[in-house]
Formats: sequence, structure tokens, C-alpha cells
Amino acid sequence: MLVSVYRYNPETDLQPRMQDYNVDLPPGKDMMVLDLLQLVKDQDQSLTYRRSCREGVCGSDGMNINGRNGLACITHVSEIVKNGKVVLRPLPGLPVVRDLVVDMTAFYRQYERIKPYLQNDEPPPAIERLQSPEDRAKLDGLYECILCACCSTSCPSFWWNPDKFVGPAGLLQAYRFLADSRDTHTAERLAELEDPFSVFRCRGIMNCVSVCPKGLNPTKAIGHIRSMLLERGV
Amino acid sequence: MVTNVTSLGRNGLHDWLVQRISAVVLLVWFVYVGCYAVLHEPLTYLAWQGLFSQTWMRIFTLIALFSLCAHAWIGLWTIATDYFSVHLMGKKATALRLLVQVACVAVLAVYLLWCIHILWSI
Ligand code: SF4
Repeated sequence: MLVSVYRYNPETDLQPRMQDYNVDLPPGKDMMVLDLLQLVKDQDQSLTYRRSCREGVCGSDGMNINGRNGLACITHVSEIVKNGKVVLRPLPGLPVVRDLVVDMTAFYRQYERIKPYLQNDEPPPAIERLQSPEDRAKLDGLYECILCACCSTSCPSFWWNPDKFVGPAGLLQAYRFLADSRDTHTAERLAELEDPFSVFRCRGIMNCVSVCPKGLNPTKAIGHIRSMLLERGV
Repeated sequence: MVTNVTSLGRNGLHDWLVQRISAVVLLVWFVYVGCYAVLHEPLTYLAWQGLFSQTWMRIFTLIALFSLCAHAWIGLWTIATDYFSVHLMGKKATALRLLVQVACVAVLAVYLLWCIHILWSI
């Protein structure tokens, strides 16, 4: 199988380039893209990529696989192979550190901005803050995000304004805390989001929904934030 | 919070609402005028003049005009801030963006005043 990989080492290369590798797949096995990368790395030790848990939990190996963002460790080669070829590039829209490794600073900065932690001004109870099962259910589909950045880096609005638009991943988490019955800073959180960029750069093209490896729906969460802003603003 | 002074309402929610309401106004106006034109086929100058010399039609058209300008400004402002950004183009982006924005405002203002002039000279 032909595997074409984006190569760039800023210390030695003037320009990024695509390098082709021929890989023999073990017969009778449908490998994951990450295993394919390992075979490539066996041939060429200089290839650099991030990986950790190899089971879709840590979110390290988000990359662009045949034009689509996804986690290499849970994407079957058979799902994505086109004309016997696999093309691997780094996540789009973020600066490349080396080969398939991108600098996630812009992504984390937006995550940090939405204050991704519980804020509660009431005196803490002796044991823990309780939540009804119904209120807890509101967090389903929100808390599961692993911050792999597949969604935000497939979003043109995030490509154009990574410093101003929070992006789908950040907004999904923003809504996760807006929806949490134990958080008392809803008004402050909404005030931070009502400008023309942070939320409203979302034009609802739903690239985020189509690529999320955890099957989450950031567009829906953004819709909820918009409704909350609307309720508060009119 | 990201601050910005050139957006219409300086507030995302405001712009978002104006964009949607103006779209509905424009839809109603175009459907109405379109139906009128089709139903009065062949459309004579007199019929056309009769339609636009009524006060309510002038006011309706004026509202549609303001909607058009607001709608166009919000859309073009969004495009300008998407594509002419320092992040993509470096320092020259700010000057370029301002230039594009001023040009858009100038064109929209000319169209608006011109249309008002036409409307009230029928
Ligand atoms: S919402 Fe999905 S695609 Fe986006 S960062 Fe979270 S897990 Fe990854």
C-alpha cells in the first residue's frame, strides 16, 4: 500500500513536502491508521507523530487522513483508503512543529478562555455538591470531549480567526459548564461570549459534527448557547 | 470577550438578530414585488408608478432598503474580518480591511440615498 506522509522539519527543510512509502500490509487484518504509521516509522525512524493511548481516549493522534480529520488509532485503513493510497497530513490550520505534530497553543488558549472548570460562589457543602439525575443527564454528549482538536481544525471560521473564535471544541465545553446545575457563573460566562466573534463566527456548516471521533455535536451546543444569549439579550 | 468597533451592533447577538430579521423583511418585499409584477403582466409604467406612489409601499420599500443595507453590511463585515486578518496576511491586513470596510459603507450609503431619492421623486 502507498502511504504518502507530510514531512517537515523546520530546522532543515525550507518547505514541507509529501514523502511516499510502500508498506506491506499483513494479510487478513484490517489495521488502524496508527498501525500503518508504525510500519512507516519502522522504515524511516525520522518520522514524527504524537500518540499515546492507541484506543481513542487520549486524543493525541488527531490528524488529517485522506482529507478528513480523525484519530489515527481508531480509523480503519479499509474505511478511508482511496485507490490503494493513504495520505496523511497534520491537522489543518495550526502551525506545524514537525511532520504530523502541530502546535496546539491556539486551540488550548481558546479552551482556557471559556474557564473550563466549575465556578460556584455558594459555600461548599460538607461532602459534595449534589445534582439530580436529570441535571446530570444534561451533561451527556458534552463531557465526553477528549480535546483532540479534530473539530476545531476542520472549521474554516477557526482557521480564519483562531485568536477570536472559540471554535467548536471550546464552545462545546463552554456549554458543558453553562448547562451544569452546580455552576453559578452562567451570567458571567454568557457575557464573555456575546461579542461578534466568540460564538457568532459559527456559520453552522457542521464540519465539526461530521469529524468528531467521539460522535459529539458541537453545532447543537452552539445553538443552545445562542438560545441562552437570545433569552438573556431580548 | 473580543472587542470590535466596526461591527454593526458591536455585539454578536445584535448582528445575528438583525441579519435574520432583515432577511425575512427582504424575502417578503421581493416576494410581494415579484408577485405584483407577475400578476400585472404586462406591467406598464403607470401600474408600476401607481404601486410606488402609495405611502405604505414607500415606507415598506424604505424598510426593505434599510434591511438590505444592514444585511449587506453585516455580511461584508464578516467576510472582511474573516479574510483580511493579521493572522493570515500580516500587518498590512488592518489597513486593507479598513479600506474594504470604508468602500463597502460608501457604496451602501450611495445606493441608499440614491434609492430614497428615486422613491420620493416618483
Ligand atoms: S468535540 Fe469531538 S472532535 Fe472536537 S475536540 Fe472534542 S472529541 Fe475532538
